[in-house]
Amino acid sequence: MAQVEKDALTGTDTTGHEWDGIKELNTPLPKWWIYTFYACILWAVGYWIAYPAWPTLSGYTKGVLGYSSRGDLDNQMKMVAESRSGWMGKFEAASVEDIAKDKELLTYAMAGGKFIFNENCAPCHGSGGQGAKGYPVLADDDWIWGGKLADIEQTVRLGARGIHEDTRISDMPKYGKDELLETAEIKAVADYVMSLSGQGQASDDGKVIFEENCAACHGEDGKGLQEVGGPNLTDGIWLYDGSAEGVLAQINNPKHGVMPSWEGRLDNASIKQVTVYVHSLGGGM
Amino acid sequence: MNQATAQGAPEYNEDVVKLFTLAATFWGVIGFLVGVIIAFQLAFPALNLGLEWTTFGRLRPVHTSAVIFAFGGNIMLGTSFYVVQRTCRQTLFGGKGLASTIFWGYQIFIVMAALGYVLGITQGKEYAEPEWYVDLWLTVVWVLYLVAFAGTLMTRRESHIYVANWFYLAFIITVAVLHIVNNMTIPVSFLGAKSYTVGAGVQDAMIQWWYGHNAVGFFLTAGFLGLMYYFIPKQANRPVYSYRLSIVHFWSLIFLYIWAGPHHLHYTSLPDWAQTLGATFSIMLWMPSWGGMINGFMTLSGAWDKLRTDPVLRFLIAAVAFYGMSTFEGPAMSIKAVNSLSHYTDWTVGHVHSGALGWVAFVSFGAIYYLIPKLWGRERLYSLRFVTYHFWIATLGIVLYITSMWISGIMQGLMWRAYDQFGFLQYSFIETVEAMHPYYVIRAFGGVLFLLGSLFMVWNIIKTIGGAQRDEEAYEDVHHAVAS
Repeated sequence: MAQVEKDALTGTDTTGHEWDGIKELNTPLPKWWIYTFYACILWAVGYWIAYPAWPTLSGYTKGVLGYSSRGDLDNQMKMVAESRSGWMGKFEAASVEDIAKDKELLTYAMAGGKFIFNENCAPCHGSGGQGAKGYPVLADDDWIWGGKLADIEQTVRLGARGIHEDTRISDMPKYGKDELLETAEIKAVADYVMSLSGQGQASDDGKVIFEENCAACHGEDGKGLQEVGGPNLTDGIWLYDGSAEGVLAQINNPKHGVMPSWEGRLDNASIKQVTVYVHSLGGGM
Repeated sequence: MNQATAQGAPEYNEDVVKLFTLAATFWGVIGFLVGVIIAFQLAFPALNLGLEWTTFGRLRPVHTSAVIFAFGGNIMLGTSFYVVQRTCRQTLFGGKGLASTIFWGYQIFIVMAALGYVLGITQGKEYAEPEWYVDLWLTVVWVLYLVAFAGTLMTRRESHIYVANWFYLAFIITVAVLHIVNNMTIPVSFLGAKSYTVGAGVQDAMIQWWYGHNAVGFFLTAGFLGLMYYFIPKQANRPVYSYRLSIVHFWSLIFLYIWAGPHHLHYTSLPDWAQTLGATFSIMLWMPSWGGMINGFMTLSGAWDKLRTDPVLRFLIAAVAFYGMSTFEGPAMSIKAVNSLSHYTDWTVGHVHSGALGWVAFVSFGAIYYLIPKLWGRERLYSLRFVTYHFWIATLGIVLYITSMWISGIMQGLMWRAYDQFGFLQYSFIETVEAMHPYYVIRAFGGVLFLLGSLFMVWNIIKTIGGAQRDEEAYEDVHHAVAS
């Protein structure tokens, strides 16, 4: 061992070794450091006694507090269920119209409906119901299947082109793809449809073709028929592309969006709450 | 005694250290740049460009691997070869051929891994994304690395092994074990890249986070502590504060770290007992981690004034400060009650970056600034002022980064668990994303500053190697001028 020397600045002994000019002082362990280390170890031992900690041959030490994360979750779920149990019965019994009239139920439905909407509906309809291309806006008064409370509840329950046996269905024919109309006729009726919302000029041919083919669902005046899910073509609000090319494409080979059927996926109380919430977004009739 | 040591010095292999230092600098800038890009992608998704190769999901592992394995790895290999030769007074074992094989083998590993990520080849394991063929390649390179390092240690001409080498050796051996166990996979075919891991379900998750946490523990902590134990005493020209502390904190760190992985899997299907052990071992790890901080700081006893005049030392010491901060934050986040708020949020991202930018990168910058003039035989760096600019720009970048992620992460965690008076969740997921947007922008800007700082370093390195010296006021003069 090389000779031990004192460091001039601190007065501490070195260890006597040197590597590439580096020496080491033989300073004792800082007291606060070692005691804090012991305290952490003690805390850990206490934790092991209190909580599940060490594996054994046949299982693991359970801990004196009897904690388990699964049990913890069960307790929390039970607490939530209990806090809601009184409400659930009321919502089962009440109709959506009743809920909308009852101040207490309405307040609760708005809170629950917002949560249910954000979890389930917002991915397509946007948070707040602002919609997106292909997904209807829920905050305006332009409804495809109706904007009354009962209409909305029905749409939520059954969905549109969903899996429910009574699901709402409106299948616009593929006028171009299935060769139901000539290319020129499609062009003419597309021009007419555009003119309904005040865009461009239409020929009389277009009007005739519209009345023969389209009016059954979209109405004589093009203002839509909610009973059959025929959208209003006069208000300048478009589910897909509202340009002339977009309208032409929709007549040629229509897109058909799908809204899931929520009956069975959400309980009755939840469906009623989300109905009231959607109705309140700005367009409820 | 210094004379005697100098006389007994053999010719060291410094060529390979030069290569590793340059490679680390190169990959560092690439890694920081990709980090900035993906930070902006999170704030502005259009920057994904709609191309599969440039999406966040593919560039993110390019960033993490570039900074951890390419930047950090090259620093580790380079400095360990530099330190082990000098503290053992022995030429690198295996000769120049082995050293070059390790260097180029490691660079090929980096390129193969990064190409795979961009092309969509991944195991899907965080920090262990490369597929089986890259894993096998790295295993061979790593064993050669162990041979060169351990061979030098075994043929050393000093009677004792210096503390830096304990840490380097622990790093090399443990990373080898972690890498092999976590990458046990069965390739689907001989010519295909795809493989499936041997483990499944929560067992595989536990192996992954035993690996993942110890990649932090042994790659980014133990390895860089080895670096610190050489470069701080050298740059400060002071003896290491406490030999005893170095022994106790080394063994306690090595023993405790390996158990801490389960804290990454709190509130998952991992059994409760394993979660408890992960949390408690993380808490016990606090003081062993801080042992390194104390030894780093206190080595400056009697030389604190050097921080005013030596920006290189400032990098090294600021790194130790960030190290101390993140090794306190880590155990705190491993407590289940804290973790229930922090888990899966940006807080974790901020925590990792206070360690990665503040500790790993800063201590590496300090080592690079120390090495460049020494390796190329220059009297001094091209510019110490540039080192100062680098320091302050990068520090500001880190502060913006970690504070924005703290705020964003804690806000995100609170929004996820916010209930209204009826017990319904208050916010939808998208509302939390919207709320985080401004902090994503601040974070990206912090990253830009960090990148900008590193460009000062690149310029400084180029000019130093070229032999230039910037005409600038020396720091001692400024100090005296202020004092008088």
